[in-house]
Amino acid sequence: MMTLISYILYFAVLTALALGLAVWMQRVFEARIPALVWVDRIVLRSAGVDPDRQMNWAAYAMAVLAFNLAGFVVLYALLRLQGYLPLNPDGMGAMSPDLAFNTAVSFITNTNWQAYSGEAQLSYLSQMAGLTVQNFVSAASGMAVGVAVIRGFSGPKDGGLGNFWADMTRATLWILLPLSIALALYLAAQGVPQTLLGAVHTTGLEGAEQIIPRGPAATQIAIKQLGTNGGGFFGVNSAHPFENPTIASDLAQCLSILLIPVAFCFLFGSMARERRQGWAIFGAMGIMLLAGLAVIHFYETAGNPSLGIGANMEGKEARFGAMLSSLWAASTTAASNGSVNAMHDSFMPLSGMVLMVFMQIGEVIFGGVGSGLYGMLLYCIIAVFLAGLMVGRTPEYLGRKIEAREVTLAVVGFLSMPLGILVVGAFASTLPSALAAIQDPGPHGFSEVLYAYSSATGNNGSAFGGWGASLPWHTTAMGLVMILGRYAMIIPVLAIAGSLSRKTKAEATAGTFPTHGPLFVTLLILTVLILGALTFFPVLALGPIAEETARVAGQSF
Amino acid sequence: MLSHLRPAITLTLGFTLLTGLAYPLAITGAAQALFPTQANGSFIEKGGAVVGSALIAQSFTKAGYLHPRPSASSYGATPSGASNLGPTNASLIASVAERRTAYTAENGAEAPIDAVTTSASGLDPDISPENAAAQAARIATARNADPAAVQALIAQQVKAPLLGLYGEPTVNVLQTNLALDAAFPLPK
Repeated sequence: MMTLISYILYFAVLTALALGLAVWMQRVFEARIPALVWVDRIVLRSAGVDPDRQMNWAAYAMAVLAFNLAGFVVLYALLRLQGYLPLNPDGMGAMSPDLAFNTAVSFITNTNWQAYSGEAQLSYLSQMAGLTVQNFVSAASGMAVGVAVIRGFSGPKDGGLGNFWADMTRATLWILLPLSIALALYLAAQGVPQTLLGAVHTTGLEGAEQIIPRGPAATQIAIKQLGTNGGGFFGVNSAHPFENPTIASDLAQCLSILLIPVAFCFLFGSMARERRQGWAIFGAMGIMLLAGLAVIHFYETAGNPSLGIGANMEGKEARFGAMLSSLWAASTTAASNGSVNAMHDSFMPLSGMVLMVFMQIGEVIFGGVGSGLYGMLLYCIIAVFLAGLMVGRTPEYLGRKIEAREVTLAVVGFLSMPLGILVVGAFASTLPSALAAIQDPGPHGFSEVLYAYSSATGNNGSAFGGWGASLPWHTTAMGLVMILGRYAMIIPVLAIAGSLSRKTKAEATAGTFPTHGPLFVTLLILTVLILGALTFFPVLALGPIAEETARVAGQSF
Repeated sequence: MLSHLRPAITLTLGFTLLTGLAYPLAITGAAQALFPTQANGSFIEKGGAVVGSALIAQSFTKAGYLHPRPSASSYGATPSGASNLGPTNASLIASVAERRTAYTAENGAEAPIDAVTTSASGLDPDISPENAAAQAARIATARNADPAAVQALIAQQVKAPLLGLYGEPTVNVLQTNLALDAAFPLPK
């Protein structure tokens, strides 16, 4: 009962905060606050941008690509040259080329997969001017695309998609930066280090020597949660007592993971001038999140009888226990964040399966900032298409006809998931040079590979951490699937938005299939499950389902 | 593409200065002024020497001290680390059973689950109140102290869940051990 109250209170607070934030976000993106617009004009003009110039979908996509490419070049150079640059009190050397490629791709695509361990491989300059910057601007890129897609779907005919540089700059300056400043100060007060001093050498009460690394962590952790990035300052991420020292810091970070993605549902409703459309998407996402959370909570609380009575505490911190670890795990995989406060590799088999499904369906249960919404809009297109087939009418969404072009592009967008997870994953789990990464024997070892490629393609970034992510085969292959998962989704979805924005909006008639209300929510959830989850059922049967069956039969490996 | 080059480069460099240098440096200044202890890592000094961080577990093996949870990184912080062993891994099941036997032999009590499993960070500074209470008799014997007084000291160190709703009750190992040293000095 207390557990139920805790969850209800948590989600009520989250929804209330997101509703408020959505109002602010709409004002920012629609340039309605004169003082802010005055500032962004100066910034944009100095970069040679006319913020009022509308872009078509192709120009918008090219701008995203050009910006992320520039980010990649700067970040890659920083990681390779950090040994010669300042702000390096612990004397870190250059990252290897394949690892620097993987890390740079990981941060520009908002994945934040960590094949490195921050406290052992990164200078403070790389953490701040490299990773923290991409935490901001990769998130802002996703938010910009999200807003452009909303405009294309719901704006007036030929209303345009907006201007990428203006959207991205506004998202950074007026949404991500103020929230990060507040959260970073709160985290520092809770005990997250924020210092430029190097590691501390201590001699414990029993004489044990310890070297304890620290650094400017709070500022990076704040944006890593708010921007659904997830790459930690330290290797074990938000399980590290320096990244997440208290229960209060845990709740603040967990709320931050879902805050902007949830706000995007409401932003969609209000920009479409039909709030219930936003609530319908919020409802579908919320139901799937809660269903998955219930499974994880059940298995982690019930524990692993092979280890003893009590919750499954292997790979969990004492202050968080099973409940806060389950809540975080569900949130971070649903929201394409990828930070962890407990080790997913040691979760019970079916908990691990839920986490994988959340990523495999394309990170659409709130998902990444901006990207969760545009991913779900692809499912909306398929859902109304299916409904159209059933009743024999041309499908419509928000008054616009969904035709062959849109459905084809939506399917192209979806194909990146099976391509990255099933095709590249198949090589990763069979080629001898790739197999050395597996840590655990039995079906769990296969789950490690499956989780890794689901995480990379979905741009999540969390891992079954025992898996040897730093093997050059995988740093390269995963770098490539991260690019696939990000841009093979962004380009088609912008093309759909461009195509829809040129169509006339028809008034709803008695024959229109309403895209709000319980019927549509149910249809949308079923579409996600059929299209997303069923594609991966066979591989899930080989991993987590096989492991659970063996576990119940009392088998270990 | 070329027309996008100038904004791409200018804004990348501009945001690097703003979010990569100005933001972290300004917050560093503010945090150092407002909460210097926390912002520097919550280190604890005793007799002029730094004995550790309240947030980072350190190894304790002597009978007179509260022992932390097992650590997959042997309490090393460079880097931190977990076992990451899966739930059906036979070597995990075997190590847990071994730790359980050792715990019972040491404390004469059943081991709570947090005492035999490794934490997520390898640096978990806390243990459960049950785990702490089960170690009290051993600590009292080693310090020639009244077991009830040791139990009472440990009970005082328990931190409750937030609002009574979120998280688990915990006992901080290093802070409790410092309190034990102050109240019941170890026999020379």
